[in-house]
Amino acid sequence: MSLVQIERGSHEARAHDAHTLDPRTASPFPAAAKIDLRDTQLRRNVARATDTIQRKRAALVEEKTDWQALRDAGAAIRREALTNLDRYLLEFEERFQAAGGTVHWAANASEANRIVLGILREHEASEVIKIKSMTTAEIGLNDFLARHDVAAYETDLAELILQLGDDQPSHIVVPALHKNRQQVREIFARTMGLPDLTDDPEALTAAARRYLREKFLRVKTAICGGNFLIAETGGLAIVESEGNGRMCLTLPETLIAIVGIEKVIPRFADLEVLLQTLPRSATGERMNPYNSIWSGVVPGDGPKNMHVVLLDNGRTRVLRDAIGRQTLQCIRCGACQNACPVYRQTGGHAYGSVYAGPIGAILTPQLEDMRYAQSLPYASSLCGACYEVCPVKINIPEVLVHLRARVVDRGRRKLASLFDQERAGMMMMAAVFANRSRYEAAQRLARTAQRAVRHGDAWYHWLPGMAGRWTETRDLAPLPQQTFREWWQQRGQP
Amino acid sequence: MTPGGITSRDRVLERIRKANLRAAGPREAIPRNYDGAGSHRASVQGKDEVVGLFETRLHDYDARVIRVRRDEIAAKAAELLLAGNRRRIVVPDGSPMAWQADGPEWIRDHELSVDVLNGVDGVMTAATVGVAVSGSIALQHGAAEGRRVLTLLPDYQLCVIEVAQVVETLPEAFARLDPARPVTFFSGPSATADIEMARIKGVHGPRFLDVLLVED
Repeated sequence: MSLVQIERGSHEARAHDAHTLDPRTASPFPAAAKIDLRDTQLRRNVARATDTIQRKRAALVEEKTDWQALRDAGAAIRREALTNLDRYLLEFEERFQAAGGTVHWAANASEANRIVLGILREHEASEVIKIKSMTTAEIGLNDFLARHDVAAYETDLAELILQLGDDQPSHIVVPALHKNRQQVREIFARTMGLPDLTDDPEALTAAARRYLREKFLRVKTAICGGNFLIAETGGLAIVESEGNGRMCLTLPETLIAIVGIEKVIPRFADLEVLLQTLPRSATGERMNPYNSIWSGVVPGDGPKNMHVVLLDNGRTRVLRDAIGRQTLQCIRCGACQNACPVYRQTGGHAYGSVYAGPIGAILTPQLEDMRYAQSLPYASSLCGACYEVCPVKINIPEVLVHLRARVVDRGRRKLASLFDQERAGMMMMAAVFANRSRYEAAQRLARTAQRAVRHGDAWYHWLPGMAGRWTETRDLAPLPQQTFREWWQQRGQP
Repeated sequence: MTPGGITSRDRVLERIRKANLRAAGPREAIPRNYDGAGSHRASVQGKDEVVGLFETRLHDYDARVIRVRRDEIAAKAAELLLAGNRRRIVVPDGSPMAWQADGPEWIRDHELSVDVLNGVDGVMTAATVGVAVSGSIALQHGAAEGRRVLTLLPDYQLCVIEVAQVVETLPEAFARLDPARPVTFFSGPSATADIEMARIKGVHGPRFLDVLLVED
């Protein structure tokens, strides 16, 4: 699909659900973004939240004199994990099972969902408490469980806001950042039956604490994701702030973790790097309030049944692409979202994926084998802010450009593309650029044509036909009266 | 199990191997040039500065830090607890008797139920290591640190940590941890910033933390 076709697709946006986060049915980014950009409340909320995190992050990165060394180490650790992924996963599996846990492998989302349901049925569980997990959002676990009569209760404050408000996450770390306190108050007052609730964040948090404490003490099964799997120790690491994670991983009898295969790290001590860069990047804290690390079943302490579901769901496809595979280094800090000038305007929903922002723009289309979310690699100005803040040095602009090429290559295979204007234009450009005399002739021709239609050297604000796509959002400088080569020849010998 | 007896485990591992044969880069060493790593394990700052920084960071989290001598632990602990009107205090099964003075009602953890833990006024534990740079304390849940849930349900924690257990950086702390045991790092009280990025203390974990810093 060419850029032109993507834009054309936007006219059919109404046939899509503007706010689904399923990349297979979501509107193309430009269409969804146009709708969200009209929501001034959303834009204020997103700007406020991303500004705050960015400011805190910047101060803490500034004070860390070894920040670049930590980024280098973190990137190398994550690359090493991917280079030997099969070995580290097997090592994790062996150690985790030796510690009394069970490891399952899921090739895709539906298999992961079925595995989880099977474990729940085995324990006759009709309700579960959940730690925030992007991976369970990716596989649509909550909806799947609801269809099979299992109630899933989100326990992270932001996820609770979204669940009670029948809303979708818009950020990896702060998924309800698009809601302000008045909106949260309205949701809690309505769904918790608290008409006198105020919109003071402290009161709202206290309401959530009371609402959830009963569930923590009652529900015997929990579901979580995982920030890291540790091959060396068969360990699982959960990074969090509120303590809902610790509740879910110590109080229930059964705990099921659904973790992407790429989340493994080789050694326990590798956390000494990633636990420095992740909290600073994610929430602008020197350290987040709670980190839990353990393996399998801890005797006399916590769940007696511990399961890990290792999820592929397209990740091995990403691994096949020499440039795209660095996407899997991601540790889900969300710093790229906060830094992205596009995300900061549109918020997360327009991306039509649980993974929004720059990381979503490269991860989602790859997970979908480039068949869906083809507009996302274009949802960027390639300014590079995402690369600069990435704690594991994923070169997101490089991957974005690479994926744009893959989108075009896919379109090229179709017969219809032979008649595509953009493609014809590109072929002509290629022919012109391939030969010096043709190139110089084209320059002279263009200058002559320019002289016919304009005077002076004002910038173009409007161009006809397909070239108008450029001037829709940017101005174009006119061709200069003389090229560099012409000037060089004219100035003669010094 | 898919038809033909090929499991998803086989299938995923096979895909990984094929992908890596095709696209993996060369092997590389991990550059560990960050503070506290490898031969730089020793603190760059003196011990007094490190402990001072630890104290400052804990204050940033609104924790109280009280420096005590070893023989003052019991008296100071009881004084703090009673001053805060905290009377029913859980201690791990292996908590030193020498830390318990008369006053509070000490409840030893012999598989206490969550309902009991949910109803007490606080918990007193030891610690494994403290990290000055981030004001973090790591528990490895040994005999005097207790089960993980002990330091989760009560709203108040009194943590006893020795000056010798405080290091400057996270890598130094990791060098002291036993990878085979569970670890819980806590850095200040439970908190959230999910509503308009306003930091709110005490969502689900303890809201109040006092630290007894034991000097030799």
